[in-house]
Order: sequence, then structure tokens, then C-alpha cells
Amino acid sequence: MQNDNLVEIKDAVFGYGARPVLKGINLTAKRGQVVAIMGSSGCGKTTLLRLIGGQVKPGQGTVRVAGESLGELDRAGLYRLRRKMGMLFQFGALFTDMSVFDNVAFQLREHTDLPEDAIRDLVLMKLHAVGLRGAARLMPAELSGGMARRVALARAIALDPALVMYDEPFAGLDPISLGVTGNLIRRLTDTLGLTSLVVTHDVQESLKIVDYVYFVSEGVIVAEGTADEIRASGLPYVHQFVHGESDGPVPFHYPAPPFVDDLQLGAQRA
Amino acid sequence: MNRTVLDLWVGLFVIAGVGALLFLALKVGSMSTVNSTDSYEVVADFQNIGGLKPRAPVKSAGVVVGRVADIRFDNGKYEAVVTLRLDKRYAFPKDTSASIMTSGLLGEQYVGLEPGGDSVMLKNKDRILITQDAVVLENLIGQFLYGKAQEGKAQEGVPK
Amino acid sequence: MLKQAIENLGNRTIQGVWRIGFAARFFVAILLHSATAFRRFGLTIREMYFTGVLSLIIILVSGLFVGMVLGLQGYETLQRYGSESALGTLVALSLVRELGPVLAGLLFASRAGSAITAEIGLMKATEQLSAMEMMAIDPIARVVAPRFWAGVISMPLLAALFSALGVFGGYLVGVRLIGVDEGTFWSQMQGAVDFEQDILNGVIKSVVFGVAVTTIALFEGYDAPPTAEGVSGATTRTVVTSSLVVLALDFVLTAFMFRGLN
Repeated sequence: MQNDNLVEIKDAVFGYGARPVLKGINLTAKRGQVVAIMGSSGCGKTTLLRLIGGQVKPGQGTVRVAGESLGELDRAGLYRLRRKMGMLFQFGALFTDMSVFDNVAFQLREHTDLPEDAIRDLVLMKLHAVGLRGAARLMPAELSGGMARRVALARAIALDPALVMYDEPFAGLDPISLGVTGNLIRRLTDTLGLTSLVVTHDVQESLKIVDYVYFVSEGVIVAEGTADEIRASGLPYVHQFVHGESDGPVPFHYPAPPFVDDLQLGAQRA
Repeated sequence: MNRTVLDLWVGLFVIAGVGALLFLALKVGSMSTVNSTDSYEVVADFQNIGGLKPRAPVKSAGVVVGRVADIRFDNGKYEAVVTLRLDKRYAFPKDTSASIMTSGLLGEQYVGLEPGGDSVMLKNKDRILITQDAVVLENLIGQFLYGKAQEGKAQEGVPK
Repeated sequence: MLKQAIENLGNRTIQGVWRIGFAARFFVAILLHSATAFRRFGLTIREMYFTGVLSLIIILVSGLFVGMVLGLQGYETLQRYGSESALGTLVALSLVRELGPVLAGLLFASRAGSAITAEIGLMKATEQLSAMEMMAIDPIARVVAPRFWAGVISMPLLAALFSALGVFGGYLVGVRLIGVDEGTFWSQMQGAVDFEQDILNGVIKSVVFGVAVTTIALFEGYDAPPTAEGVSGATTRTVVTSSLVVLALDFVLTAFMFRGLN
């Protein structure tokens, strides 16, 4: 049972200072699955990833990755566990002072004692998997946004992790790059036996590739299910989200006093 | 930037920096501060040291042979106790005399050593017994005027 | 109105104390995670290129000009008292004791310090530091510590080069241009400049300045808000703070080092 679930989050509560961001999250990701975490901007999705990566610790509840509870690990234990994780940041977060090749080779050089020609083979293999073997000598500044993200993906899988997390992998991509990235996530998950955790608000693209979806709103999971279940879901929030309607349970307006009061029309008349 | 080119530049930088340090140490400064390892200390008492300061040179026959290491006041004898740190290469007889001199009329003050004729040499922590105080300009002028006045009186007295 | 002003002042004070505490903890963390910077010295050498070699031009040119100005002004003043022969002493002592370390420190803060802050700040803003942490690589050990040691090693070398070029500049103006006797120039200088008291103390000063400037620059970058304004503000603060700290430290160190002399 526990072996089956790579990531297990139980009743996790987290807040920055006094502001609560996550108010009791329950989430599991089975091995070999692509799991999406969806929700509108600023609902705590990225914080959830930081929690799984151990960059922040939950105030309450437990976060388990590969059976180990992150809250109880010391720094060395956390670093050991992180070698089994890869993370794709929103804009790639490539090291701008290194070439594409060195970026992908970075972890191999830091964490292994492999000879340079073995590293070369591995790096070219990973770059080939994302279709950018020819770009090995380029610098990150010379890449387009989509290419940068694919390089970052190659870097994230360099050490063959068990878990790869994606922070908004589809944000700001043109439709072609979007499809390429989506397919890549699915294909890498299947061929490398990874578990993928995708944080996104791109419903249409992600519903094509995911096995299971969690909807987060205001710090809690409001809906979950397989892609088909979500598409058919009658929940108003999910419906609004999937169909991109501008008003619904998520209001168009930020909370404000009544418009009439703000314009001080009443005061002028008096 | 190619790795080896970068290393080359840093290497040049380090060589230039160390070269500058050597230039400062050898050409600009002097290594004349005698370290405690190859030096020995002797003490001399003076009734008046004038404007002598720590680190002032100690010279013999005009050659710097050491530095003034320390100056303190002996409250028992009401005298200045001056510690001289001398280079081990130079040895002086036990009856060497020390005097405080001034280079030029208004120049810096230094300690001059005048070797004696004893066959026993000064050792570490020894004391120089024969010392001559600094010449204080005011006293000198005072003495000169006093002497002139005496002379005048004497000359006045002779014809009588 | 007044209440708000007092509240503001209080807030700023607390914020300042908090930052000093954080900076101190950051400094200790750098020292504790320095093993990588020495075990893989290539990393430190790489950073020495950016902090040291790229600061060379400004340091060398400034040193030469400062020395030449010292030669001119020093001669102007000294010849009134008929002591032109002390020109070498004046130039060398001012450079080795004060101007070398201090001016090199100020130039280092504005040339290398600002670059370090901007680089670290941008690495943080573009999540490169987070990415490194997620790869189980400590950014303090891998990114911060090599830059720190590169700065600490480069600074005394730069200060020595500044002083050496300054003495050379003073020599050019004093001896070659004005015609002070060459032998007197050097021998008076050598007689007055002491290796331990003057040169070594100058080197100690420059090492202290190197530690201070690099720490401030790294801290400001590491602590910068991950926005464009955040990074630019941090860069400005690096130059201002480290310049003030260099001058203040110089006063304290001078008071300690040369107190017993006169």
C-alpha cells in the first residue's frame, strides 16, 4: 500500500507568517502516474510543491515522499531524498552562466564521480530525449522559452529521479511548444517509470495527459478525480475552471466595499 | 570563457599581486625591523630621553644596528628605561656607551652606541651602564646665556 | 502624524536589527560551508577572474593617478619647508597605510561588490538558487562561498597593486618630472616605511575590507527581493553600505594599529 504511493500528504497546514496558504491538504500520487494539481493563480499550488520538495515544512500534518516523512528529516536526509526528485521551475531556472550541456551535466558532476566521457554520453542521451541534442553548445540566453523549458526538463531527469515536479510547465508557451511539452511529460513518465506532479492552470492541455487531477481552492482540495471525471464534473467551481467562465464561485471582483460607497456618490449628494 | 584562458588570467593576476607585495616589502619598505628571533635586547637608563620614540633607529658609527623596542618610566629611580632591540649579527663590548642624538638640527632622534674596549660582550637582557642624555635645546640655550653672563662678569672683574 | 513617524522609526530599527542578525548568521553559514570552495578550488579561481581580474584596470589606473597627484601635491607642500627629500616617504606612507587599502576597497565595492549582488540577486529572482537547492546542492557552498573566498583573496592583491602603482606614479612625477633626487626618494622611503608596522598592517586592513565588502555584497544579493526593483535597490545598497563600512572599519583599525606609534 505504502509502496504504491510515492507522495502522500495528510492534513498538511502551512502559512507564511499569519497568512494561511494551505488549510489541510490530503493528496496522494501513485507511482507511474501523472498527477495534476490545478487551481487559480495564488491558491497555494506552488507552495504545495515547495512542501513536497522540503523547501518549507508543514505547520501541521505529514508529507511523505517514498515513505519518508519530510518534517522529520534533517538536512542531510532531506538532501539525500532530493536526489530522487527533479523539479522543473516555471521559467526553467537554467543556470545562465553555463551552456545547455553544462546545465544538464551539473548534477552529474556534483553528485557522481563519473568520468567526463560517461557524463557526455548521459547528457546527450537526456538532451536527445527532449529533442535538443543539437542545442548542447548554446547558452540559455539563446534559447526560446519552450526550448529552455525542455532543457530544464532534461536537467531535472538527469539523475533518473523517481519523482519529477513541474511548476506551471505550460505557462507562456505557444500552442506548438505546449503540445510538445505535454507529450514529453507523458512520454518521459511512461518510458522512465517516473511519477510526475504537474502544477498548472492550463486545463485543456493537462487533461489530455494526466491520470488524476486535484483541484485546489483557497488552501483546500475542492475536487479530485480522473480526467474524464473532471470533464464531466458538475461542481460549480470545477465547471467554471474547466470551461473558463469569467464569473461563478470564483468572483470576477476582488473583495471591495460597495462601488457606490467607494465613489462617495452618497457623500456628494448629502 | 574558456577554462584555461580564465585560469591563465587569474594566474597572471595572482603573480602581479604577489609581485606588488614584494615590491612594497623590498623596495618601498625595509625589512629592518629586527624580528625577535634573530635579535637580542639590552636596556639602558637615561635621565632624559628628549623626543626619543619607540621604533627610532639605534646606530653605531652611523649604521643602523637595531631599533628602540620600548620606553618606560622607572618610578623608583625616576629615570627612563629604554629597551633596545639589536641585530644578532652585531655584538658590542660590555662597556659600550649609549647616547641619544639628533640627526641634523631638528631631525629625528636616535640612539647612538659607542663601543668600549671590554672583552666581554653584551648579552640578552644586559644593561648598558654608561649613558648620555638627550640634549634639550632649551637647556643648551639656557647654559649658553648663563655662560655668556658669567664671562661678562669675569671680564668686568679683570680690569679692576 | 507624529505617532506614525515614531512607529515608522521603530519599524525601521527593528528591521535593521533583524537584518544585522540575519547577516551575521549568513556570514557564519558561509564559513561553515567553505569546504567546497577549497576542495574544488577551480570554482574559486573562476570567481577570482570576475572579482579580481576584471577589477584590475580600474585599480591600476586609479592607483597610478592617485600616486601622481600625491607626488604633485606632496611636492608643493614639502618644498615650502625645504623637505622635498621626504616626498618618497609621504607618497609611500599615505599609500601603504591608508589610501591603498581604503581606495582599493571602495573601488572593489563599486566594481566587484555591485556585480556580485546583481548576479546573486538575479540568480535568486530566476529561481536558480531554488533549483540548485532542489538538486540537493547547497547554494551557500556552491555559489556563495567560492565568491566569498575569491573576494577575500583578491582584495589584498588589488590593494597591493594599487599601492605599488601609486608609488610608481609618485616616482614618475616626483623624480622624472619635477626632479627630486632619485636616490633620496627611495632611501628616505625605505628608511621610513616599516615592513611590519606599515606594509603588513596595510595588508591586514585590505583583508578585513575584502571580508566586509564581499560579505555585504553576497548578503544583499541573497536577501534581495526577487524583482527588478529589488535587485537594483540591493545593488545600490551594497555600494553605499560597503563604502561606509570600509571607511568606518578603517578608522577603527587605524586607531588600533598606529596608536602605540606616537
